[in-house]
Amino acid sequence: MTQSVTQPFLEVKDLKVHFNTDDGVVRSVDGLTFGLERGRTLGIVGESGSGKSVTSLGIMGIYNKRNADVTGEIWLDGQELVNASPESVRKLRGNKLAMIFQDPLSAMHPYYSVGKQIIEAYQVHHNVSNQVARKHAVDMLGRVGIPQPERRVDDYPHQFSGGMRQRAMIAMALVNDPQLLIADEPTTALDVTVQAQILDLMHTLQEEFNSALIVITHDLGVVAELADDVLVMYGGRCVEFGSATTIFDRPEHPYTWGLLGSMPRMDRPNLERLVPIPGLPPSLINLPTGCHFHPRCAYEPRTGGLGSTVTPELTRAGGTNHLVRCHLPTEERQRIWAQEVKPKLEAS
Amino acid sequence: MITYVIRRLLAAVVLLFVISAATFAIFYLIPRLAGSSPETLATRYVGRAATPETVNLIAHRLGFYDPVWLQYGRWIKGVLVGAEYDYGAGVEHCPAPCFGYSFITRQPVWPDLLERLPVTLSLALGAAVLWLFFGLTTGVISALRRGSMLDRAAMGVSLAGVSLPIFFTGMIALTIFSYRLQWTAPGGTYTPFTENPAAWFYALLLPWLVLALQFSAQYARLTRAGMLETMGEDYIRTARAKGLRERDVTVKHGLRAALTPILTIFGLDFGLLLGGAVITESVFSLPGLGKYAVDAITTNDLPKVLGVTLMAAFFVVVANLVVDLLYAVVDPRVRLG
Repeated sequence: MTQSVTQPFLEVKDLKVHFNTDDGVVRSVDGLTFGLERGRTLGIVGESGSGKSVTSLGIMGIYNKRNADVTGEIWLDGQELVNASPESVRKLRGNKLAMIFQDPLSAMHPYYSVGKQIIEAYQVHHNVSNQVARKHAVDMLGRVGIPQPERRVDDYPHQFSGGMRQRAMIAMALVNDPQLLIADEPTTALDVTVQAQILDLMHTLQEEFNSALIVITHDLGVVAELADDVLVMYGGRCVEFGSATTIFDRPEHPYTWGLLGSMPRMDRPNLERLVPIPGLPPSLINLPTGCHFHPRCAYEPRTGGLGSTVTPELTRAGGTNHLVRCHLPTEERQRIWAQEVKPKLEAS
Repeated sequence: MITYVIRRLLAAVVLLFVISAATFAIFYLIPRLAGSSPETLATRYVGRAATPETVNLIAHRLGFYDPVWLQYGRWIKGVLVGAEYDYGAGVEHCPAPCFGYSFITRQPVWPDLLERLPVTLSLALGAAVLWLFFGLTTGVISALRRGSMLDRAAMGVSLAGVSLPIFFTGMIALTIFSYRLQWTAPGGTYTPFTENPAAWFYALLLPWLVLALQFSAQYARLTRAGMLETMGEDYIRTARAKGLRERDVTVKHGLRAALTPILTIFGLDFGLLLGGAVITESVFSLPGLGKYAVDAITTNDLPKVLGVTLMAAFFVVVANLVVDLLYAVVDPRVRLG
């Protein structure tokens, strides 16, 4: 093991996930680097098609090996995953690293009872009898707040309400005590009232299990609720990384400003209209030259032509441990945020 | 669940009555509308040589002058509790289920049907085992290796299998395997299983293969399409995320869900076959229900036609019923919905 002692629990280095399709190579994730410690939560945000979900599937190792081209390194607790044998990654999957999906109704098998699906998840990684596994499943269902778990364990997914289903999904993901939990849009398919409960539950369970948590979402509200650090993705790359406070209080990337501007805020008065980001997310086959965001960026003219020709690097920015991929100098960005963007957001 | 079963059973019984009425109407009412008289029917029993008086008498005795609904009632009564027939040579008792007597042989229809059923059943069962095995495995493998040479070859062969009619493939197979190579039995050598299992197997092997080829092809395509769909479902991704072995992901999660629609189609196909694999039985001269139906139709033997039609309908209805009940077993959403 050549890794230094300071290596974080999860370290992703220059992760690339490319898909070979008939139309060309889709660069879903194009050089992503980040780290995460146990007990901490990373929020990955971005629009649809920014590569968020593919990142999670890449870490989990769930991709079609025949058309996906995955390179880079993923270190989990000192073990490399990208170049490891599929069988060894399979043994970790659902065990050391687990995942929660967006729509719990379609993510659970309609023909098997909830209990059976949790039992199955447990027995893949533990050689125990059905009774022991079942007891464990009932126990987990109780822990995620399902009332009368001994009775509900034999129910089928369609007999659960949406919130209950997501709780069951979480129980299934946590049944093997994973050290890394990836939640891909965990609350998107749920009612607003249920969303808050699920977020609370995830927060409580994370503290209880001391696991590392990655929350993938387009909902900045979820990020504000859960995340310690935030990674903003655009066109398969990280455009801004920083602590949650930094991202919400002193964001420096124009795309992050746009995301913040398009987020409904209930705590601010005089809410009249949201400010959408102009244009559409880029095609991951033909990414714009230079800065991927430049065609939609209002500040691109201030880069003196750099924006459309040169791809900016991820560089240190104003906050602590704060990285931004932008041509504008830090001072300029901080000035624009403080003088131009922030007042507008607060006024609207 | 109990009410579901009872509801389905009642519906099946009602459906059988409707089918019997419709078949009866087709064979007895429509000819009359087209101009045939009660005497024409009676002539079939007594022969053309009989005097008009005899014909008239028989037509009276068999109730051919009664309204059709009455005749239908009598016929149904015969099926359910038996009937008395009088052809002039004294009253004959025909025990239930009585489908009447053949015009040609004067033999009761029901024992004939019973004698033919095992042949058709043997053919259908053996072929079903083969086509389910080959169809499902080919379909699953093709779906998992989509776009590979194997997939293309399998789908090409199955396209041919679906398109080629049995009277063609059957004839070719007979020519090559039975007459040229003499590997399999020639047509018309059926031996009941109870008499000689080896001969039974030998006689049915080629019909099984020919019949199974067409169905395997169809089932391979169905399975492939079903597997491609289910393997793209979210719950498959969940199964992978749990760390299941790919084999379990495919079989326990993918195939399990893909099988449900195939079950429906299998029920229909199998029920239909039990009513007689008309072409296969004809090509291989198997004395089954299908051959019986063809013979009955070509000789215009109405009681036989009616009997075999109702029997075929019975199997289709029962197969549907079984599929409906199995659906509840397979899919909890049906059972508990």
